Amino acid sequence: MIQFNNVSKTYPNGTIGLRNINLTIEEGELVVIVGSSGAGKSTLLRSINRLHDITDGEIQVDGKSITRANDRELRRMRRDIGMIFQSFNLIKRNTVLNNVLSGRVAYHSTLRTMFGMFPREDIELSLHALERVNIREKAYIRADQLSGGQQQRVSIARALAQEAKIILADEPVASLDPLTTRQVMDDLQRINQDMKITTIINLHFIDLAREYATRIIGLRAGEVVFDGPPEEATDEVFAEIYGRSIRHDEMLGGEV
Amino acid sequence: MKPVTPASGKKSPPDMQLTTQRYKRIATWLLIVIVLVLCSIQTKVTPYQLIVGLPQMGSLLQEMIPPDWSYVPTIWGPMLETIQIAIVGTTLGGIIAVPVALLCAYNIMPNKLVSIPMRIVLNLVRTVPDLLFASIFVAIFGIGPFAGMLALVFFSFGIIAKLTFEAIEAIDPGPLEAMTAVGASRMQVIIFGVVPQALPYFISYFLYTFEVNIRAASVLGLVGAGGIGLLLDRSLGLFRYDRASMIILLTLVIVLVIDYGSTRIRRKLL
Ligand SMILES: Nc1ncnc2c1ncn2[C@@H]1O[C@H](COP(=O)(O)OP(=O)(O)OP(=O)(O)O)[C@@H](O)[C@H]1O
Ligand SMILES: [Mg+2]
Repeated sequence: MIQFNNVSKTYPNGTIGLRNINLTIEEGELVVIVGSSGAGKSTLLRSINRLHDITDGEIQVDGKSITRANDRELRRMRRDIGMIFQSFNLIKRNTVLNNVLSGRVAYHSTLRTMFGMFPREDIELSLHALERVNIREKAYIRADQLSGGQQQRVSIARALAQEAKIILADEPVASLDPLTTRQVMDDLQRINQDMKITTIINLHFIDLAREYATRIIGLRAGEVVFDGPPEEATDEVFAEIYGRSIRHDEMLGGEV
Repeated sequence: MKPVTPASGKKSPPDMQLTTQRYKRIATWLLIVIVLVLCSIQTKVTPYQLIVGLPQMGSLLQEMIPPDWSYVPTIWGPMLETIQIAIVGTTLGGIIAVPVALLCAYNIMPNKLVSIPMRIVLNLVRTVPDLLFASIFVAIFGIGPFAGMLALVFFSFGIIAKLTFEAIEAIDPGPLEAMTAVGASRMQVIIFGVVPQALPYFISYFLYTFEVNIRAASVLGLVGAGGIGLLLDRSLGLFRYDRASMIILLTLVIVLVIDYGSTRIRRKLL
């Protein structure tokens, strides 16, 4: 469970990122956050694992305050939160397996990981994670030799190897073509349903949001302006979230 | 549509720009020539000197040929010492360069109270030429290879740390963010995010510095800091140009072999 209590964020330069957010996200939900560019989607997501510090309020993850956690506790809490980025953020020169294994580092001492001494179980776990996203056979290939969609699946596998209870995905499909977009979204949905991993995804495709989400949250200028099931997120609602009518490029198109 | 060929008369704005550009270029060249001429007059480095010295160059070359092959057994030892000085000097310098490069890079050490003093120290080290280092260490530790090795430690440290920290600043921040999000400690972020990205550059700079150091080490002996330079100095002093040419020849071969090897490795890395 993730709880936002009166959360606000002002960037050092004075830009307001979030305005008094109050949210409760239950275990196993697949939340899609929508909103126009600059609405605060990334800020919201990154405040959950404290890649961004908030300036007001408190965020609790499974009842523990991440806002007030010290360094050690923070790393411990981050260990349970997987993150998926638009640009994959893999080490391109390393093998796929090594990239997935890097999701395990927080479980071991710095000294042990320094020499790459991951226990046998970690390797099994990583290979199993790769199996879940159907790229087990790529384990020993360099990450930069994979297609964009495959690289994104490696980063999903990294979050799985991490044994994350929560997955945060910031525009995970924004740099993928429509076909691989669906494959990656299907992977995320399957993992969410099979493993009950709470998943929060920032998306800018309206139709994808409606198709995959169990709950849609609309942000506008750092405020929650919509929060409800996808059935309630009509075109009119989206027009209100975006402050204008829906554009063609906000639809992925194809089979819905 | 207007005709493509420009009509005579007034020049259009792009044409004017072209003309000013051309004037600027001519002015630049003129300035360079003037500076060159002034400098050469001031320092008395003139083509005249070259012409006067030419006959002497000829006779020197004559004395250098043929090289004294019987000298090879004597110079092997110091030659090996030269290579050893370069290896140890580069390695120690490279090792010290790693933490300093990390502390200099703004993306790893955002605290400017640490990174800026580090950069200042680094720049100071880099302004000192290798032979000056060698002279200083000879004065402190006495004549011998230890002083030369120490000089190369500082010299290599300066080059490798500077180039490496710039490479570190240019790495992709994405993987660092991903490692932070995974719950990695600062050290783990460096090991899993920075090292894999910066290592090829580091090795490349290390090898490049080794190439430079082989050359530097062969003249360290001129100030008494060990290596082949000592023998070179002695041969020249005794007017044994045939021996000097033997030393130069051997040095050249070794430098070429090492340059070739290291260039090949570096090309593979990057
Ligand atoms: N590091 C930063 N410093 C200052 N302002 C920032 C910073 N990051 C984001 N902002 C500002 O905060 C607001 C919210 O940004 P955020 O990145 O969360 O938006 P977003 O909804 O993710 O947009 P996009 O769809 O373009 O990714 C924007 O006005 C942005 O300009
Ligand atoms: Mg964003």
